[in-house]
Amino acid sequence: MSFWEYLGNRHQQLLTDAYQHASAVFQCMVLATLIGVLLGVVTYRSDWAGNLATTATSTILTIPSLAMIGLLIPVVGLGVPPTVIALTLYGLLPIVRNSIVGLRGVDPSLVDAAKGIGMSRPMRLARVELPLAWPPILTGIRVSTQMLMGIAAIAAYASGPGLGNEIFRGLASLGSKNALNQVLSGTLGIIVLALLFDAAYVLVGRLTIPRGIRV
Amino acid sequence: MSESHGAAIELENLTKRYPGSASPAVDNVNMEIKAGEIVILVGPSGCGKSTTLKMINRLIEPSGGRIRIGGEDVTDIDPVKLRRKVGYAIQSSGLFPHMTVAQNIALVPGMIGWPKGRIKDRVEEMLDLVGLDPGEFHNRYPRQLSGGQQQRVGVARALAADPPVLLMDEPFGAVDPITRDHLQDELIRLQHELHKTIVFVTHDFDEAIKLGDRIAVLRERSHIAQFDTPEAILTNPADDFVSGFVGAGAALKRLNLTRVRDVEVTEYPTVSVDDPLQTIFNRIRSSGTNEILLLDKRGRPYKWLRRGDLMRAKGSLARAGTLVTDTVTRDATLRDALEAVLTDNTGRVAVTGRRGEYTGVVDMETLMNSVHELLEADRLEALEAQHELEEARAAQTHAEQEGPAGEAKA
Repeated sequence: MSFWEYLGNRHQQLLTDAYQHASAVFQCMVLATLIGVLLGVVTYRSDWAGNLATTATSTILTIPSLAMIGLLIPVVGLGVPPTVIALTLYGLLPIVRNSIVGLRGVDPSLVDAAKGIGMSRPMRLARVELPLAWPPILTGIRVSTQMLMGIAAIAAYASGPGLGNEIFRGLASLGSKNALNQVLSGTLGIIVLALLFDAAYVLVGRLTIPRGIRV
Repeated sequence: MSESHGAAIELENLTKRYPGSASPAVDNVNMEIKAGEIVILVGPSGCGKSTTLKMINRLIEPSGGRIRIGGEDVTDIDPVKLRRKVGYAIQSSGLFPHMTVAQNIALVPGMIGWPKGRIKDRVEEMLDLVGLDPGEFHNRYPRQLSGGQQQRVGVARALAADPPVLLMDEPFGAVDPITRDHLQDELIRLQHELHKTIVFVTHDFDEAIKLGDRIAVLRERSHIAQFDTPEAILTNPADDFVSGFVGAGAALKRLNLTRVRDVEVTEYPTVSVDDPLQTIFNRIRSSGTNEILLLDKRGRPYKWLRRGDLMRAKGSLARAGTLVTDTVTRDATLRDALEAVLTDNTGRVAVTGRRGEYTGVVDMETLMNSVHELLEADRLEALEAQHELEEARAAQTHAEQEGPAGEAKA
C-alpha cells in the first residue's frame, strides 16, 4: 500500500487523532498560559522569586518526557490525566520566562507615570504592565505550543489521545508493510498541526497586540 | 465647565531617609506654596529635588514630616486617592504607548468615575487647551507624535480631571531647545487661564527664571538655599552656592524676566509700499533719521530704507533697501529684543502686533536705559528685603536669648 492509499483508507482515524491531538495541546496551553502568566505576575518583582520560578520550570523541562509520563502513570493512572499534567508542566517554562522578562521590561518611567496618575496596583497590572508585556508573553505561548505538539505524541505511551498513537503503532510493528506509513502520517500530521497553530498565533497577535506597540 | 483653581501646599519638616544610608536624602524641608503659584525646585543633580516632589504625591513615602494640600493633611490618606487629585507630568511624557491619545487623557477622569459623555467632551477640551487639533490627534498613538506633541498630551492627561495641584518632574528635559521654548510659553499661557498650583522640578536655571513665580534653589539633601522670586535671586543671591548656580550673566538673565511691553516702545518714521515714490523721498529727507521703515501692504515691517538706497536702485522699491530679518512681539522678552537689535545692522528692531503689523521700534538706547532702571529697582528691593530679614532675625535671636531655653524651638 502506498502512502497516499494509506491516507485515503485511514483518513477517518487520522482526522480523529489529529483533532484529539490539537484539542489536547490547545487545552493544555490554556492551562499553561493561565498558570504561567500568574507565576510571572506573582514573581517578577522579586529577583529571587523570579529566578526560582524560571529555574523550577526549566528543571521540569529537563526531565525526559517518556520518563515523566511513566512516573505519572502510577500516581494518576492511564489516559487523559497524565497527558494533561505532563503537557501543562512542559508548557510552563517559555511562558513563565517570557512573562517575567516582559513584565520586567516595561519602562519604569511608565510604571511611575501609572502610579503617579493614581492607578491602583491591580489596575496598573491590567491596564499598563500586562498589555505592554503581552507581545513577549505571546511569543512564549507560541514557542510552548510548538514544543507541546511534539511532546504530545509521547502521550500515546500512557494510552493518551492524539497522533502519537499512529507513531507508536508503527514503531511497535516495524517491518510490517504499514509501519512506515503509520509513523510518517503521524509525524507529518503533527508538523501540519504545528504550522496551522503557528498561523493562528500570527492572527491572534494581530488581533490582540494594540496598534500603538505593534512592530 | 468651571476649572478649579489651585490649592496651597504646605510641607512641614518633610524628611526622607533610605534604609542603610547614613544621611537622609531629603532633610527637614519646610515650604509653603501659595495657591495658584508656580514654584520651581531647582538644584544640581542628586540634590533631592525630585524626591521632594515625589513625596508630595507620595510616590515616595516620606519617613517624617507632614504634607498638607489645601489645608487637608494628606500624609496618611490613601495614596491612590491622593494621586487622582494631583496632576503629574514627567520627563518624556510617560504616555502609555498602547493607548491612543484620547485613551491616555481619559484615564484619570475614567478612574474617578466621570460619565462617558463628560469624559469625551473633556478629552476634546483638553486637546484644544494644549493646542492640538482634537480631530487630528484624538486617535493617534503616542509614537505617531513628535516629542513636543507627546509632552503636550502628557500635560493634558495630567490636567484632565481638573486637579488643583500639578506636579511636573523635568517635563521638558527631553525635548529639543526650540520645542522646549514653545512648551514653556504654552505653560505660561495655560497657567494664565487655569491658575493651578504648580510645583516644577528642573536643573535648568534659565527655565526656572522663565517659568517660576518663585524659585527654591536646593542644595544637597534638599536644603533650601534660597526661596524667593526670580528677580530677588538674580540680583541678591543668598550665598555663594546660589550665585554659583545662577551662574555668570545674571544681568543678562534678568532680561528674560521683562517683556517688550514693559518698556517704552518708540515711534519711528514709516512709509508704506502703497505710498507714491515722491512721498517716500520726502519722508526720508525730512525724517531726521538715517533710515525709515518701509511697511508692506498689510502694515507689516518689510524693509529698512537708507537715504540714497532709492537712488541706487533707480527708484525701484523691490530692489532698494535691506529686508527686515527679525521682528519681536510685545510678549517677547527683552533678551529676545536685545538679540534682535544686536543682529540687525540698523541697531533697532521693529515691534509687531498680533497679526505681524508694525507698532513701534525698540533700540539699543531704550534697552540700556530699561535694564539700568530694572537692576537699580531690584537692588533697592533686595536691600529692603535683606534689611527686614535682618530685623526679624535680630528679634528672634533676642527672643531666644531672653526666653526660657528650648521653648522657642518647636
